Amino acid sequence: MSAPLSGPGSTRTPGREPVRPGLSRTARHHAPITATGLVGKVILLGLVAGIAIWAAFPLIEAEHWIGLGILAATTAGLYYLYLSRRHIPAKYLVPGTLFLIAFQVVPVLYTASTAFTNFGDGHRGSKDDAIVAIQTASVKQVPGSTEYALTVATDGDPATGALVFLLTDPKTKEVFAGDADGLRKLDAADVTVSSLSGKITAADGYTVLNIGQASGRSDAVTALIVPTDDGAIRSNGLTRAYEGKAARAYDEACDCVRDSETGRTWTADEESGSFVAADGERLAQGWKVDVGLKNFSTVLTDPNISGPFFGTLAWNFAFAIASTGLTFLLGMAIALALHSPRMKGTNFYRVLLILPYAMPSFAMLLIWRDMFNTDFGLLNNLFGLNVDWFGGTWSARIAVVLVQLWLGYPYMFLVATGALQAIPRELTEATSVDGASPWQSFRAVTLPLLLVALSPLLIASFAFNFNNVNAILFTTEGGPFAPDNPTNGATDLLITYTYRLAFGAQGAEFGLAATVSIFIFAIVATVSAISFRRTRKQEEVYS
Amino acid sequence: MTSTVDTPTANRDQAGRKPVRRSRKRWFAQVGWRHLVGVLAVAFSLFPILFVISAAFNPLGTLSSTELLPTGASLENFVNLFDRTAFGHWFLNSLLLAGVASFASIFLSSLAAYAFSRMRFSGRRVGLLALLLIQMFPQFLAIVAIFLIFTTLTDLYPSIGFNTPWGLFLLYMGGALGANTWLMKGFFDTLPKELDESATMDGASHVQIFFRIMLPLVAPILAVTGLLAFIGSINEFIIANVFLTEPESKTLAVGMYGLVAGERNNNFGMFAAGTLLTAIPTVLVFQLLQRYIVSGLTSGAVKG
Repeated sequence: MSAPLSGPGSTRTPGREPVRPGLSRTARHHAPITATGLVGKVILLGLVAGIAIWAAFPLIEAEHWIGLGILAATTAGLYYLYLSRRHIPAKYLVPGTLFLIAFQVVPVLYTASTAFTNFGDGHRGSKDDAIVAIQTASVKQVPGSTEYALTVATDGDPATGALVFLLTDPKTKEVFAGDADGLRKLDAADVTVSSLSGKITAADGYTVLNIGQASGRSDAVTALIVPTDDGAIRSNGLTRAYEGKAARAYDEACDCVRDSETGRTWTADEESGSFVAADGERLAQGWKVDVGLKNFSTVLTDPNISGPFFGTLAWNFAFAIASTGLTFLLGMAIALALHSPRMKGTNFYRVLLILPYAMPSFAMLLIWRDMFNTDFGLLNNLFGLNVDWFGGTWSARIAVVLVQLWLGYPYMFLVATGALQAIPRELTEATSVDGASPWQSFRAVTLPLLLVALSPLLIASFAFNFNNVNAILFTTEGGPFAPDNPTNGATDLLITYTYRLAFGAQGAEFGLAATVSIFIFAIVATVSAISFRRTRKQEEVYS
Repeated sequence: MTSTVDTPTANRDQAGRKPVRRSRKRWFAQVGWRHLVGVLAVAFSLFPILFVISAAFNPLGTLSSTELLPTGASLENFVNLFDRTAFGHWFLNSLLLAGVASFASIFLSSLAAYAFSRMRFSGRRVGLLALLLIQMFPQFLAIVAIFLIFTTLTDLYPSIGFNTPWGLFLLYMGGALGANTWLMKGFFDTLPKELDESATMDGASHVQIFFRIMLPLVAPILAVTGLLAFIGSINEFIIANVFLTEPESKTLAVGMYGLVAGERNNNFGMFAAGTLLTAIPTVLVFQLLQRYIVSGLTSGAVKG
């Protein structure tokens, strides 16, 4: 039966299945609880409506109709789901799934779709964006153009907020605010203009930078170009700005960009998403186009990328297996040693042992980085060594695994202790009665039982370590690097390598980074799927 | 190190051993070596922490002047930490974010785990497998897409955009289901079905069964997943680093990284002091939940 959309005031009790709703029920001991349930439902649905209304206003203001449609559909769906009496499993699954779709699935799909494009530096926006960028970048001051008094401001933090030019027209005394999106006229009442220089000294909604702050960001000030109808405004120093004309213009007839001074033309190439001159010269500003499987073939065949990729892949596996395996072995060995009815004080050991697990790992990784320091690190001082730990390929690799061992073995110790306690003592006693040595009974009884209990955790730990960004980023930062390849170091995991591809100094290559991400995902998923299949033979997961 | 003579416990006196005056050798073979392992393990665990403590109380506050054992006792590093940086803000941001995020993610995933464990519906198996797969794609790999999505969101709703803990919270919620649902489902599966059946016979609704019968019984796994989520969000750096650029909005991981990223030697004492303070909430949560943790960590993994 589908419930009509009765309002929150309906007398229906949620979740019960009475034969006919509305009949007075015999008062049961839990009747007041269903009242609580009803109140809870009203409050929660009211909250949903409140959030939906709060979220709708900015969308309407921005005329974001698709977003508004999604919002309305989601809200209606939620109301239908929680007011109807059917779809009980969905009632429990939907809250988490909504978040999962919005903040995990959508970004992942979006990322996957960029793997088929040339998205990255110089290919960020549409063709029109590229044309605007080309034209504004070629702005040159022409004699007789307007010179504005300039004040550099920001709409946020002085050091990081987006820059805004506050401009005063010396002739008309009009005031403007300009950023990369264009010029806006300001209300004279909202700004304070210095009578001496004509500069704006304060404006509502903006933080004016002092000269020190502005010169600290002088590169960004120089790079900011405010597009106008017939050209653009650029800064000239930190106190003046001029309006100039674009030397290069797009010509629709030939689908090309022409330089009015030199007469050179660059024709649009839809294949590569850039303007190319007859002699092969490309303009830096291109646009995003689909490149099909080009990124995939690049990863597999381009020697600059495929060489490091497979080397990194091998080390990545070694790192994940070593981190997981060694922590497990050490944790289990210690758990076995302390697991004896004759032992006293095991609790005392346990509390101290697991402290590394309770310490903040990001901070401890940085501390370890400094303990490995060649000149005044603790390890070299303590043992009188002079090892350049992070300088050599293998010493750096040993170092990062050692750090993982320290961070991870308490966890394995904990879970192994728990699993050992769950193994009935009769089993090991039976083996010793049958004359098995402790080692034999461990191999034949304890270890298999432990592995059955812990294999899901070991797989999860492997998957975590396979992509353990912090472990590398906070210690070696991927180094040591070969002198001829600054993008890929000896301790790089695929994920840190991807990070450098996407945000590195060489310029952002989002499309390529997304492709590597897909490879990483495929590898981890395959490994996990195989291991899960094998563990399912041992136990039935899908009962 | 307390015990010197081993008196076998009464309940496990196998083979009628004589409990008196066993030779030391025998004691070592049975118990002593275990203590030795314990002491070595504790030493391995504690020496970096000892180093952090001595760095934090070292009056000079530099890396090069710090020894393994404390050389002085001054609170200067702690004072500097609060005076020169926004450490107080970072601490509160991290506590708020990690606390709210871990609580909410436990709640979301326990709802889902209850449905997966107790109900049969079409798409159940596919859903479980899909969760497993999605969880393997690190959220961070989608950082470019996340950045672009949140750029739009920040324009529309500044209160949940960049430089707010709430935007980050929403993002962490995206990973809530993937991380814990499996572990919890395993734990739910171990509870006898007769419990729900008898409650249903008594007229309890599925909501009541979940809140009044199930949740109290799965407290151990709630404690464990809560702790894992708490530790996870305290240590999450890479996404937070993209999100939080203003000093007062940073979390501990982002803010403290800034302390030692540049001049590591001089701020080392302050950093160590911050590390100790950061450890306090985690260690407290840990000690509070410890009795659940050992049983909870493994029982979710096995059925039966």
